Amino acid sequence: MLPNATLIGEMIAFAILIWFCVQFIWPHINKAIEERQLKIAEGLDAAERARAELRDADSKVAAEIKVARQQAAEIIDRAQQQANQILDKARADAIGEINRLKASAQDDIASMAQRAREELREKVGALAVQGAAKIVQREIDPAAHKALLDQLATEI
Amino acid sequence: MASEPQGGLTEYISHHLKHLTPHSNPEGFWAVHIDSITVSLVLGVLFCLWFWMKARKATAGVPGRGQAFVEIVLEFVDGQVKDVFHGDRRVLGPLALTVFVWVFLMNAMDLLPVDLLPWITEKFGIGHFRAVPTADTSMTFAMSLTVLVLIIFYSFKAKGFSGYMNEMFTAPFGKHPLLWLPNFALNLVELLSKPVSLAMRLFGNMYAGELVFMLIAGLFSAGSWLLYGMGIVGYTVWGIFHILIISIQAFIFMVLTIVYISMAHEHH
Repeated sequence: MLPNATLIGEMIAFAILIWFCVQFIWPHINKAIEERQLKIAEGLDAAERARAELRDADSKVAAEIKVARQQAAEIIDRAQQQANQILDKARADAIGEINRLKASAQDDIASMAQRAREELREKVGALAVQGAAKIVQREIDPAAHKALLDQLATEI
Repeated sequence: MASEPQGGLTEYISHHLKHLTPHSNPEGFWAVHIDSITVSLVLGVLFCLWFWMKARKATAGVPGRGQAFVEIVLEFVDGQVKDVFHGDRRVLGPLALTVFVWVFLMNAMDLLPVDLLPWITEKFGIGHFRAVPTADTSMTFAMSLTVLVLIIFYSFKAKGFSGYMNEMFTAPFGKHPLLWLPNFALNLVELLSKPVSLAMRLFGNMYAGELVFMLIAGLFSAGSWLLYGMGIVGYTVWGIFHILIISIQAFIFMVLTIVYISMAHEHH
Protein backbone atom coordinates (compact mmCIF):
# COMPACT_ATOMS: atom_id res chain seq x y z
CA MET A 1 0.00 0.00 0.00
CA LEU A 2 2.94 2.34 0.52
CA PRO A 3 4.16 4.15 -2.58
CA ASN A 4 6.86 2.01 -4.13
CA ALA A 5 9.96 3.20 -6.01
CA THR A 6 8.16 3.05 -9.34
CA LEU A 7 5.46 5.43 -8.24
CA ILE A 8 8.00 7.79 -6.64
CA GLY A 9 10.06 7.84 -9.85
CA GLU A 10 6.96 8.58 -11.88
CA MET A 11 5.98 11.34 -9.47
CA ILE A 12 9.41 12.95 -9.79
CA ALA A 13 9.12 12.79 -13.58
CA PHE A 14 5.60 14.22 -13.32
CA ALA A 15 6.88 17.07 -11.16
CA ILE A 16 9.52 17.85 -13.78
CA LEU A 17 6.81 17.70 -16.45
CA ILE A 18 4.69 20.17 -14.49
CA TRP A 19 7.72 22.40 -14.07
CA PHE A 20 8.30 22.20 -17.83
CA CYS A 21 4.70 23.21 -18.52
CA VAL A 22 4.87 26.10 -16.07
CA GLN A 23 8.18 27.22 -17.49
CA PHE A 24 7.76 26.78 -21.23
CA ILE A 25 4.17 26.07 -22.22
CA TRP A 26 2.00 28.17 -19.93
CA PRO A 27 3.89 31.45 -20.69
CA HIS A 28 2.90 31.13 -24.36
CA ILE A 29 -0.75 30.59 -23.51
CA ASN A 30 -0.51 33.35 -20.93
CA LYS A 31 0.97 35.70 -23.49
CA ALA A 32 -1.86 34.95 -25.89
CA ILE A 33 -4.40 35.60 -23.13
CA GLU A 34 -2.76 38.86 -22.13
CA GLU A 35 -2.42 40.03 -25.71
CA ARG A 36 -6.07 39.27 -26.27
CA GLN A 37 -7.08 41.12 -23.12
CA LEU A 38 -4.92 44.07 -24.11
CA LYS A 39 -6.32 44.09 -27.63
CA ILE A 40 -9.89 44.02 -26.38
CA ALA A 41 -9.18 46.71 -23.80
CA GLU A 42 -7.55 48.87 -26.45
CA GLY A 43 -10.40 48.31 -28.84
CA LEU A 44 -12.97 49.26 -26.24
CA ASP A 45 -10.89 52.28 -25.28
CA ALA A 46 -10.57 53.37 -28.88
CA ALA A 47 -14.30 52.99 -29.40
CA GLU A 48 -15.00 55.01 -26.27
CA ARG A 49 -12.54 57.69 -27.34
CA ALA A 50 -14.01 57.83 -30.83
CA ARG A 51 -17.48 58.17 -29.36
CA ALA A 52 -16.31 61.01 -27.09
CA GLU A 53 -14.57 62.68 -29.99
CA LEU A 54 -17.70 62.41 -32.08
CA ARG A 55 -19.72 63.92 -29.27
CA ASP A 56 -17.18 66.74 -28.94
CA ALA A 57 -17.19 67.38 -32.66
CA ASP A 58 -20.98 67.37 -32.72
CA SER A 59 -21.22 69.93 -29.95
CA LYS A 60 -18.47 71.99 -31.57
CA VAL A 61 -20.31 71.94 -34.88
CA ALA A 62 -23.54 72.91 -33.17
CA ALA A 63 -21.81 75.80 -31.39
CA GLU A 64 -20.19 76.95 -34.59
CA ILE A 65 -23.47 76.80 -36.48
CA LYS A 66 -25.02 78.88 -33.71
CA VAL A 67 -22.22 81.46 -33.94
CA ALA A 68 -22.45 81.54 -37.72
CA ARG A 69 -26.19 82.02 -37.54
CA GLN A 70 -25.72 84.87 -35.08
CA GLN A 71 -23.11 86.46 -37.29
CA ALA A 72 -25.35 86.11 -40.31
CA ALA A 73 -28.20 87.73 -38.39
CA GLU A 74 -25.91 90.54 -37.33
CA ILE A 75 -24.71 91.07 -40.89
CA ILE A 76 -28.28 91.12 -42.15
CA ASP A 77 -29.18 93.57 -39.38
CA ARG A 78 -26.29 95.82 -40.21
CA ALA A 79 -27.04 95.63 -43.92
CA GLN A 80 -30.63 96.60 -43.27
CA GLN A 81 -29.51 99.46 -41.08
CA GLN A 82 -27.09 100.59 -43.75
CA ALA A 83 -29.76 100.30 -46.40
CA ASN A 84 -32.09 102.36 -44.26
CA GLN A 85 -29.37 104.89 -43.66
CA ILE A 86 -28.60 105.10 -47.37
CA LEU A 87 -32.28 105.39 -48.12
CA ASP A 88 -32.71 108.10 -45.49
CA LYS A 89 -29.67 109.96 -46.74
CA ALA A 90 -30.86 109.70 -50.33
CA ARG A 91 -34.26 110.92 -49.30
CA ALA A 92 -32.74 113.80 -47.35
CA ASP A 93 -30.42 114.61 -50.25
CA ALA A 94 -33.28 114.50 -52.68
CA ILE A 95 -35.40 116.74 -50.47
CA GLY A 96 -32.48 119.13 -50.05
CA GLU A 97 -31.87 119.16 -53.79
CA ILE A 98 -35.51 119.71 -54.45
CA ASN A 99 -35.59 122.55 -51.96
CA ARG A 100 -32.44 124.03 -53.44
CA LEU A 101 -33.77 123.73 -56.95
CA LYS A 102 -37.07 125.18 -55.84
CA ALA A 103 -35.31 128.07 -54.10
CA SER A 104 -33.13 128.83 -57.10
CA ALA A 105 -36.11 128.56 -59.40
CA GLN A 106 -38.00 130.90 -57.12
CA ASP A 107 -34.99 133.21 -57.12
CA ASP A 108 -34.83 133.07 -60.91
CA ILE A 109 -38.53 133.71 -61.12
CA ALA A 110 -38.21 136.58 -58.68
CA SER A 111 -35.25 138.13 -60.49
CA MET A 112 -36.88 137.62 -63.86
CA ALA A 113 -40.05 139.19 -62.56
CA GLN A 114 -37.97 142.04 -61.15
CA ARG A 115 -36.20 142.45 -64.45
CA ALA A 116 -39.43 142.30 -66.33
CA ARG A 117 -40.90 144.82 -63.96
CA GLU A 118 -37.89 147.09 -64.44
CA GLU A 119 -37.96 146.68 -68.19
CA LEU A 120 -41.65 147.42 -68.08
CA ARG A 121 -40.99 150.41 -65.92
CA GLU A 122 -38.30 151.65 -68.30
CA LYS A 123 -40.50 151.02 -71.24
CA VAL A 124 -43.40 152.70 -69.51
CA GLY A 125 -41.04 155.57 -68.70
CA ALA A 126 -39.97 155.85 -72.32
CA LEU A 127 -43.57 155.48 -73.44
CA ALA A 128 -44.58 158.14 -70.99
CA VAL A 129 -41.79 160.36 -72.20
CA GLN A 130 -42.79 159.75 -75.79
CA GLY A 131 -46.36 160.30 -74.84
CA ALA A 132 -45.55 163.42 -72.96
CA ALA A 133 -43.33 164.60 -75.81
CA LYS A 134 -46.10 164.00 -78.15
CA ILE A 135 -48.41 165.80 -75.82
CA VAL A 136 -46.21 168.79 -75.27
CA GLN A 137 -45.15 168.61 -78.87
CA ARG A 138 -41.69 169.24 -78.11
CA GLU A 139 -38.54 167.50 -77.36
CA ILE A 140 -37.92 167.12 -73.80
CA ASP A 141 -34.35 166.57 -72.83
CA PRO A 142 -34.44 163.13 -71.15
CA ALA A 143 -31.25 163.88 -69.28
CA ALA A 144 -32.66 167.09 -67.82
CA HIS A 145 -35.77 165.36 -66.66
CA LYS A 146 -34.23 162.05 -65.64
CA ALA A 147 -34.87 162.59 -62.00
CA LEU A 148 -38.47 163.39 -62.71
CA LEU A 149 -38.86 160.38 -64.95
CA ASP A 150 -37.20 158.01 -62.47
CA GLN A 151 -39.52 159.24 -59.80
CA LEU A 152 -42.38 158.64 -62.15
CA ALA A 153 -41.14 155.13 -62.94
CA THR A 154 -40.92 154.15 -59.28
CA GLU A 155 -44.33 155.40 -58.66
CA ILE A 156 -45.86 153.23 -61.33
CA MET B 1 13.66 -9.59 -9.37
CA ALA B 2 17.04 -9.62 -11.09
CA SER B 3 16.56 -13.22 -12.06
CA GLU B 4 13.35 -12.59 -13.91
CA PRO B 5 13.20 -8.88 -14.89
CA GLN B 6 11.29 -9.69 -18.03
CA GLY B 7 8.63 -11.57 -16.13
CA GLY B 8 8.32 -8.74 -13.62
CA LEU B 9 7.94 -6.16 -16.33
CA THR B 10 5.50 -8.26 -18.29
CA GLU B 11 3.43 -8.79 -15.19
CA TYR B 12 3.63 -5.10 -14.35
CA ILE B 13 2.43 -4.08 -17.81
CA SER B 14 -0.26 -6.70 -18.16
CA HIS B 15 -1.51 -5.71 -14.72
CA HIS B 16 -1.73 -2.11 -15.86
CA LEU B 17 -3.49 -2.97 -19.08
CA LYS B 18 -6.41 -4.61 -17.26
CA HIS B 19 -9.54 -2.53 -17.12
CA LEU B 20 -11.66 -2.17 -14.04
CA THR B 21 -14.72 -4.36 -14.58
CA PRO B 22 -17.62 -5.33 -12.34
CA HIS B 23 -16.86 -8.29 -10.11
CA SER B 24 -20.07 -9.98 -11.20
CA ASN B 25 -19.19 -9.75 -14.90
CA PRO B 26 -15.41 -9.81 -15.35
CA GLU B 27 -15.75 -11.09 -18.94
CA GLY B 28 -18.10 -10.75 -21.86
CA PHE B 29 -20.59 -8.14 -23.04
CA TRP B 30 -21.42 -6.79 -19.58
CA ALA B 31 -17.78 -6.40 -18.55
CA VAL B 32 -18.18 -2.65 -18.47
CA HIS B 33 -14.97 -0.66 -18.25
CA ILE B 34 -15.84 1.28 -15.12
CA ASP B 35 -12.54 3.16 -15.11
CA SER B 36 -12.94 4.53 -18.66
CA ILE B 37 -16.54 5.49 -18.02
CA THR B 38 -15.74 7.17 -14.71
CA VAL B 39 -12.76 9.17 -15.95
CA SER B 40 -14.46 10.22 -19.19
CA LEU B 41 -17.63 11.27 -17.37
CA VAL B 42 -15.73 13.20 -14.72
CA LEU B 43 -13.70 14.98 -17.38
CA GLY B 44 -16.79 15.63 -19.50
CA VAL B 45 -18.65 17.11 -16.56
CA LEU B 46 -15.59 19.17 -15.64
CA PHE B 47 -15.36 20.51 -19.19
CA CYS B 48 -19.07 21.38 -19.27
CA LEU B 49 -19.01 23.04 -15.87
CA TRP B 50 -15.86 24.98 -16.66
CA PHE B 51 -17.05 26.33 -20.02
CA TRP B 52 -20.60 26.82 -18.74
CA MET B 53 -19.38 28.96 -15.84
CA LYS B 54 -17.16 31.03 -18.11
CA ALA B 55 -19.97 31.38 -20.63
CA ARG B 56 -22.45 32.44 -17.96
CA LYS B 57 -20.14 35.12 -16.63
CA ALA B 58 -18.97 36.17 -20.09
CA THR B 59 -18.73 39.89 -20.57
CA ALA B 60 -18.61 41.95 -23.73
CA GLY B 61 -15.98 44.11 -22.06
CA VAL B 62 -12.41 43.21 -21.26
CA PRO B 63 -12.46 39.46 -20.46
CA GLY B 64 -10.86 37.97 -17.39
CA ARG B 65 -8.03 35.50 -17.81
CA GLY B 66 -10.32 32.49 -17.66
CA GLN B 67 -12.77 33.93 -20.15
CA ALA B 68 -9.96 34.93 -22.48
CA PHE B 69 -8.61 31.38 -22.40
CA VAL B 70 -12.02 29.88 -23.15
CA GLU B 71 -12.51 32.43 -25.92
CA ILE B 72 -9.16 31.53 -27.46
CA VAL B 73 -10.05 27.83 -27.48
CA LEU B 74 -13.51 28.57 -28.84
CA GLU B 75 -12.20 30.86 -31.55
CA PHE B 76 -9.57 28.33 -32.56
CA VAL B 77 -12.15 25.56 -32.93
CA ASP B 78 -14.62 27.84 -34.68
CA GLY B 79 -11.89 28.91 -37.10
CA GLN B 80 -11.18 25.29 -37.96
CA VAL B 81 -14.87 24.61 -38.54
CA LYS B 82 -15.23 27.77 -40.62
CA ASP B 83 -12.32 26.75 -42.84
CA VAL B 84 -13.80 23.37 -43.71
CA PHE B 85 -17.54 23.73 -43.43
CA HIS B 86 -19.48 26.49 -45.15
CA GLY B 87 -22.91 26.42 -43.64
CA ASP B 88 -24.79 26.68 -40.39
CA ARG B 89 -22.21 26.15 -37.65
CA ARG B 90 -24.66 26.08 -34.74
CA VAL B 91 -24.39 22.31 -34.32
CA LEU B 92 -21.02 21.52 -35.85
CA GLY B 93 -19.18 24.24 -33.90
CA PRO B 94 -20.18 23.02 -30.44
CA LEU B 95 -19.70 19.43 -31.56
CA ALA B 96 -16.15 20.17 -32.65
CA LEU B 97 -15.48 22.06 -29.41
CA THR B 98 -16.75 19.16 -27.33
CA VAL B 99 -14.73 16.63 -29.29
CA PHE B 100 -11.58 18.70 -29.09
CA VAL B 101 -11.65 19.60 -25.40
CA TRP B 102 -12.99 16.28 -24.21
CA VAL B 103 -10.51 14.21 -26.20
CA PHE B 104 -7.72 16.51 -25.11
CA LEU B 105 -8.63 16.16 -21.44
CA MET B 106 -8.93 12.39 -21.71
CA ASN B 107 -5.60 12.20 -23.54
CA ALA B 108 -4.06 14.42 -20.90
CA MET B 109 -4.73 11.69 -18.33
CA ASP B 110 -1.82 9.97 -20.06
CA LEU B 111 0.51 12.56 -18.54
CA LEU B 112 -0.40 11.57 -14.99
CA PRO B 113 2.03 9.03 -13.54
CA VAL B 114 0.78 5.62 -14.68
CA ASP B 115 0.85 4.31 -11.15
CA LEU B 116 -0.77 7.32 -9.45
CA LEU B 117 -4.46 6.62 -10.00
CA PRO B 118 -4.11 2.84 -9.57
CA TRP B 119 -2.22 3.50 -6.32
CA ILE B 120 -5.04 5.74 -5.07
CA THR B 121 -7.77 3.32 -6.11
CA GLU B 122 -5.87 0.45 -4.52
CA LYS B 123 -6.41 2.14 -1.18
CA PHE B 124 -10.13 1.70 -1.81
CA GLY B 125 -9.64 -1.93 -2.70
CA ILE B 126 -9.81 -1.50 -6.47
CA GLY B 127 -6.98 -3.35 -8.13
CA HIS B 128 -7.11 -2.34 -11.77
CA PHE B 129 -7.59 1.21 -12.92
CA ARG B 130 -6.68 2.62 -16.32
CA ALA B 131 -6.66 6.38 -16.30
CA VAL B 132 -6.72 7.07 -20.05
CA PRO B 133 -10.19 6.50 -21.54
CA THR B 134 -8.92 7.19 -25.06
CA ALA B 135 -6.54 4.24 -24.78
CA ASP B 136 -9.65 2.08 -24.60
CA THR B 137 -11.24 0.99 -27.89
CA SER B 138 -14.66 1.12 -26.26
CA MET B 139 -14.26 4.85 -25.69
CA THR B 140 -12.79 5.74 -29.07
CA PHE B 141 -15.31 3.62 -30.95
CA ALA B 142 -18.11 5.10 -28.90
CA MET B 143 -17.13 8.52 -30.12
CA SER B 144 -16.40 7.57 -33.72
CA LEU B 145 -19.67 5.58 -34.05
CA THR B 146 -21.53 8.64 -32.77
CA VAL B 147 -19.79 10.59 -35.49
CA LEU B 148 -20.90 7.90 -37.98
CA VAL B 149 -24.51 8.34 -36.86
CA LEU B 150 -24.12 12.08 -37.36
CA ILE B 151 -22.60 11.52 -40.82
CA ILE B 152 -25.57 9.39 -41.86
CA PHE B 153 -28.05 11.82 -40.27
CA TYR B 154 -26.59 14.82 -42.07
CA SER B 155 -26.35 12.90 -45.35
CA PHE B 156 -30.08 12.26 -45.17
CA LYS B 157 -30.76 15.79 -44.02
CA ALA B 158 -28.73 17.44 -46.79
CA LYS B 159 -29.71 15.16 -49.68
CA GLY B 160 -32.97 13.56 -48.64
CA PHE B 161 -33.54 9.81 -48.56
CA SER B 162 -33.76 9.37 -52.33
CA GLY B 163 -30.86 11.71 -52.99
CA TYR B 164 -28.60 9.89 -50.55
CA MET B 165 -29.63 6.45 -51.83
CA ASN B 166 -29.15 7.63 -55.39
CA GLU B 167 -25.65 8.71 -54.50
CA MET B 168 -24.90 5.48 -52.65
CA PHE B 169 -25.88 3.39 -55.70
CA THR B 170 -24.78 5.49 -58.66
CA ALA B 171 -21.54 7.15 -57.52
CA PRO B 172 -18.70 6.89 -58.28
CA PHE B 173 -18.89 4.47 -61.28
CA GLY B 174 -22.15 5.39 -62.97
CA LYS B 175 -25.88 4.87 -63.26
CA HIS B 176 -25.89 1.50 -65.01
CA PRO B 177 -27.94 -1.08 -62.98
CA LEU B 178 -25.06 -3.56 -63.15
CA LEU B 179 -22.89 -0.99 -61.34
CA TRP B 180 -25.32 -0.43 -58.49
CA LEU B 181 -23.89 -3.17 -56.30
CA PRO B 182 -20.20 -2.24 -56.79
CA ASN B 183 -21.07 1.37 -56.16
CA PHE B 184 -22.93 0.54 -52.99
CA ALA B 185 -20.18 -1.77 -51.76
CA LEU B 186 -17.54 0.87 -52.32
CA ASN B 187 -19.58 3.59 -50.63
CA LEU B 188 -20.28 1.32 -47.70
CA VAL B 189 -16.59 0.61 -47.26
CA GLU B 190 -15.85 4.31 -47.52
CA LEU B 191 -18.52 5.11 -44.96
CA LEU B 192 -17.50 2.44 -42.48
CA SER B 193 -13.79 3.14 -42.83
CA LYS B 194 -14.36 6.59 -41.36
CA PRO B 195 -15.29 5.57 -37.80
CA VAL B 196 -12.74 2.76 -37.86
CA SER B 197 -9.90 5.07 -38.83
CA LEU B 198 -11.03 7.73 -36.35
CA ALA B 199 -11.25 5.32 -33.45
CA MET B 200 -8.17 3.25 -34.26
CA ARG B 201 -5.92 6.26 -34.81
CA LEU B 202 -6.76 7.79 -31.45
CA PHE B 203 -6.70 4.47 -29.64
CA GLY B 204 -3.42 3.44 -31.24
CA ASN B 205 -1.63 6.63 -30.34
CA MET B 206 -2.86 6.72 -26.77
CA TYR B 207 -2.36 3.02 -26.16
CA ALA B 208 1.17 3.16 -27.54
CA GLY B 209 1.91 6.25 -25.46
CA GLU B 210 0.63 4.56 -22.35
CA LEU B 211 2.66 1.46 -23.15
CA VAL B 212 5.85 3.48 -23.60
CA PHE B 213 5.22 5.13 -20.23
CA MET B 214 4.88 1.69 -18.68
CA LEU B 215 8.03 0.40 -20.36
CA ILE B 216 9.99 3.38 -19.10
CA ALA B 217 8.44 2.91 -15.67
CA GLY B 218 9.88 -0.60 -15.77
CA LEU B 219 13.33 1.02 -15.42
CA PHE B 220 12.37 2.22 -11.94
CA SER B 221 12.22 -1.31 -10.62
CA ALA B 222 15.31 -2.51 -12.52
CA GLY B 223 17.35 -2.33 -9.35
CA SER B 224 20.09 0.20 -10.19
CA TRP B 225 20.28 3.92 -9.42
CA LEU B 226 21.65 4.61 -12.91
CA LEU B 227 18.63 2.98 -14.52
CA TYR B 228 16.42 4.77 -12.01
CA GLY B 229 17.86 8.14 -13.11
CA MET B 230 17.50 7.15 -16.75
CA GLY B 231 13.91 6.23 -15.98
CA ILE B 232 13.19 9.69 -14.60
CA VAL B 233 14.83 11.38 -17.60
CA GLY B 234 13.11 9.10 -20.09
CA TYR B 235 9.75 9.44 -18.41
CA THR B 236 10.05 13.23 -18.41
CA VAL B 237 11.21 13.47 -22.02
CA TRP B 238 8.45 11.13 -23.22
CA GLY B 239 5.95 13.14 -21.15
CA ILE B 240 7.04 16.42 -22.75
CA PHE B 241 6.85 14.82 -26.18
CA HIS B 242 3.47 13.41 -25.27
CA ILE B 243 2.05 16.90 -24.68
CA LEU B 244 2.45 17.36 -28.42
CA ILE B 245 0.89 13.97 -29.21
CA ILE B 246 -2.20 14.44 -27.05
CA SER B 247 -2.82 17.89 -28.54
CA ILE B 248 -2.31 16.66 -32.10
CA GLN B 249 -4.54 13.62 -31.60
CA ALA B 250 -7.32 15.74 -30.12
CA PHE B 251 -6.92 18.19 -32.99
CA ILE B 252 -6.95 15.43 -35.63
CA PHE B 253 -10.03 13.81 -34.15
CA MET B 254 -11.81 17.18 -34.19
CA VAL B 255 -10.75 18.13 -37.72
CA LEU B 256 -11.67 14.73 -39.17
CA THR B 257 -15.05 14.89 -37.45
CA ILE B 258 -15.65 18.28 -39.07
CA VAL B 259 -14.39 17.05 -42.44
CA TYR B 260 -16.55 13.90 -42.41
CA ILE B 261 -19.70 15.77 -41.43
CA SER B 262 -19.12 18.55 -43.94
CA MET B 263 -18.50 15.85 -46.59
CA ALA B 264 -21.91 14.44 -45.70
CA HIS B 265 -23.38 17.81 -46.71
CA GLU B 266 -21.68 17.80 -50.09
CA HIS B 267 -22.99 16.23 -53.25
CA HIS B 268 -20.74 14.00 -55.27
